[in-house]
Amino acid sequence: MKQVFSKPVSLKDVQTHFCPGCHHGSIHRLVAEAMDSFGIADKTIGCASVGCSVFLYGYFTIDVVESPHGRAPAVATGVKRARPDRIVFTYQGDGDLAAIGTSEIIHAANRGEKITVIFVNNTTYGMTGGQMAPTTMPGQKTSTSPNGRDVANDGKPFKMAELLSNLDGVAYSARVALNNPRNVLQAKKIIKNAFQYQVEGKGFAFIEALAACPTNWGMNPLAANERVGSEMIPYFPLGVFKNNENL
Amino acid sequence: MSALKRKFVKGNEAVAMAAIEAGVQCYFGYPITPQSDIPEYLSRELPKAGGTFIQVESEIGAINMVLGASACGVRAMTSSSGPGISLKQEGISYMAGSELPGVIVDIMRSGPGLGGIDASQADYHQATKGGGHGGYRIIVLAPNSGQEMYDLTMLAFDLSDQYRMPAMVLADSVLGQMKESIVPHPRPKADLPAKEWAVRGTGGGVQNVVKSLYLGDGEMEKFHWKMHARYQELADKESRWEEFATDDAELIVTAFGCTSRIARTAVEMARAEGLKVGLMRPITLFPFPKKGYAELSARCKRWLTMELSTGQMVDDVRLAVARDAEVEFYGRPPGAGSLPTPEELFTQIKKFC
Repeated sequence: MKQVFSKPVSLKDVQTHFCPGCHHGSIHRLVAEAMDSFGIADKTIGCASVGCSVFLYGYFTIDVVESPHGRAPAVATGVKRARPDRIVFTYQGDGDLAAIGTSEIIHAANRGEKITVIFVNNTTYGMTGGQMAPTTMPGQKTSTSPNGRDVANDGKPFKMAELLSNLDGVAYSARVALNNPRNVLQAKKIIKNAFQYQVEGKGFAFIEALAACPTNWGMNPLAANERVGSEMIPYFPLGVFKNNENL
Repeated sequence: MSALKRKFVKGNEAVAMAAIEAGVQCYFGYPITPQSDIPEYLSRELPKAGGTFIQVESEIGAINMVLGASACGVRAMTSSSGPGISLKQEGISYMAGSELPGVIVDIMRSGPGLGGIDASQADYHQATKGGGHGGYRIIVLAPNSGQEMYDLTMLAFDLSDQYRMPAMVLADSVLGQMKESIVPHPRPKADLPAKEWAVRGTGGGVQNVVKSLYLGDGEMEKFHWKMHARYQELADKESRWEEFATDDAELIVTAFGCTSRIARTAVEMARAEGLKVGLMRPITLFPFPKKGYAELSARCKRWLTMELSTGQMVDDVRLAVARDAEVEFYGRPPGAGSLPTPEELFTQIKKFC
């Protein structure tokens, strides 16, 4: 019988610690499939951040360095400059990349570091228990915005994929979602593109992945998945915002 | 570099020259007075030597780039002064927690806050007691001349690699800005352990992970005891100090860095007047050379600590000397014009003789 589906070799055969309905596992898989498609797992270095995504090394078979909160783009810069022939990616959440780490991401992007950034936006701080993030939706209730995010007090959510696409150093910036099979297939293609940019030495690539966090949203997995489609995508539109093959 | 050719350079330039000779591959830094000669020199010379220089957007970014490059197994460094060193503490703590080498140069200026740009030794506690969170220590070397800015920078790289922990060269604006003649020399051959732990891509072999997160039962405690043993080994093998005229001394002056130069002149003035005064200069501030202090204070019970602060090293001196030794303190907190003169220190010495 012809085998049509298997586990990516870049992923370990382990049980996930992520909550039911969380999209981290799906995103891990797509990143692993992208690495497999180029056969680069043995020359890739992952830069883990803090929060739910810190356990990168528990799932991927690749070498991983852990970074302080928000600093993964700086750590990745050090890695890539020290080993320019390696493939380097960061994997960061919204509380990491769009709050404490805004300086590091914007400057790494502006320098055009030849790295790939996987940005998982679930509109909340997951591991710390569901506090308000820079990407929390207007009116969204969290443990630190109990009456809902008040944009007059807290500002509006950052649209990181659009923001970074304005920087000349950025080669590729896109937003994907994992809420239905069509979007997953699109995300797979776009994440692969992001790695291709680096394999070809073209420059900084940024992927924002909209993700569900059922536990902290106080929803069951299905409802959380539906929220991605009904609330998040209208505010955070999917698409490729920058695709500069000429860099 | 042609060996043994004398050069007349600033202390900061000596640091940068030594770093290149020591094989630094990546320098990441941010301008701040009085250390900016270091990034200026390296921006010019490091690329010629095949290395990477980045002027980073912040000190926080810089130290995390050092973390990333070091995790790959290459020699990496950064430099700054007080306000910038404060920003680097997060990354230094992570490097200590990840057992990563790396060299940090602190050309001390006065503080707290913006303070001023004149010489100070008031970062002593921050440098030697950990500085960041989590109960770690780093190697701290305190040069007192242009030559030592060169020599100890080179040594910092080797010790850092040997013991897998960050090393700091702790100097000040006098040492950084003063021009002296130095004799650069090639990197001495050192038998250093291979960096088997570095992330380089698995190459199909085993996975390497550089991390500081320990969540398993007892893992964190085990890590701390392992580091504690490493600090003990450092103290046993790497404590360095210099003595001058201590054999028959009835009073020993102790000072580090630029203050030790002024103190030495004051001690020579005392000797010229027949006073039995000596000088003890710690070169490693961590590990603090406790053995040297203990041995000297077993026979000399009177001590005078001199610092460009209201007193920080004096705490370590008091802990290191014999219990019945008397430790006096003379300090000049930093501020324009507050560098003590040899005559001023000699007056203090006479008070206690």
